[in-house]
Amino acid sequence: MGLGAYLVLAALVFAIGLFGVLTRRNAVGILLGIELMLNAVNINLVAFARFSGDPAGVVFALFTIAVTVAEVAVGLAIVIVIFRVRRTVEADHLDLLRG
Amino acid sequence: MTLETVAFWALAAVLVAASLAVVLTPNLFHAVLWLAAALVATGGVFLLLRAPFLFGVQLLLYAGGVVTIVVFAIMLTERLVGESLRQTSRHLVNGAIVAAAVFVGVVGFLVQAPPSVSPPDAPADLTAVLGQALVGPWAVVLELLGVLLVTALLGAIYFARTED
Repeated sequence: MGLGAYLVLAALVFAIGLFGVLTRRNAVGILLGIELMLNAVNINLVAFARFSGDPAGVVFALFTIAVTVAEVAVGLAIVIVIFRVRRTVEADHLDLLRG
Repeated sequence: MTLETVAFWALAAVLVAASLAVVLTPNLFHAVLWLAAALVATGGVFLLLRAPFLFGVQLLLYAGGVVTIVVFAIMLTERLVGESLRQTSRHLVNGAIVAAAVFVGVVGFLVQAPPSVSPPDAPADLTAVLGQALVGPWAVVLELLGVLLVTALLGAIYFARTED
């Protein structure tokens, strides 16, 4: 398969993840959409690394995965705290900082 | 069709179907399980791209770690609510339009300048190359990543602790 096929696949998964982020009301659901988007980026990085012969892309994908894990841990901790305080994780109800 | 082509299309179909299920299924718990399927399919794509080490990392960190954390978070909040988390979506049409526009935009770039690179010979052992790169040119970044992970761990503990 050519590089283009992998890039189109990654773009499709990215778009689906973006759709999830935009339409989900639940904060955990939004986090799942972000996961999909970051995952699509990893496919791009590894595909470019494979087709250019430079292992730097794989290194970057490794770093992205580690950063994503940190992001999920902190994000879910925040969700749990919000739930304790506000009794909801619906993104529409969390407008405390709205001016 | 070569075996690689068949494997790519099969993995692509599973990945896209699982991703759609993640954003469309009303039950949040099922969405997490579909996310696990999508992440494993992505690991398969990494295998196709001759990066077996990333496949292992993907399974251990993503499909193992992230999914477990999310399931725990759902169970905690569900238990506090006392009812299963049904989730509805809003602005479905607007979201679909924006997502489709992003997809068409990216594919438009690819059509304008189609990447016609044929893959060079993969190194015999990418894992060894990766290990040397991590402690060679990328050593500082690797250390920073360790600091970031410790910070995230402390931050998560700080946020999630009880007041007493």
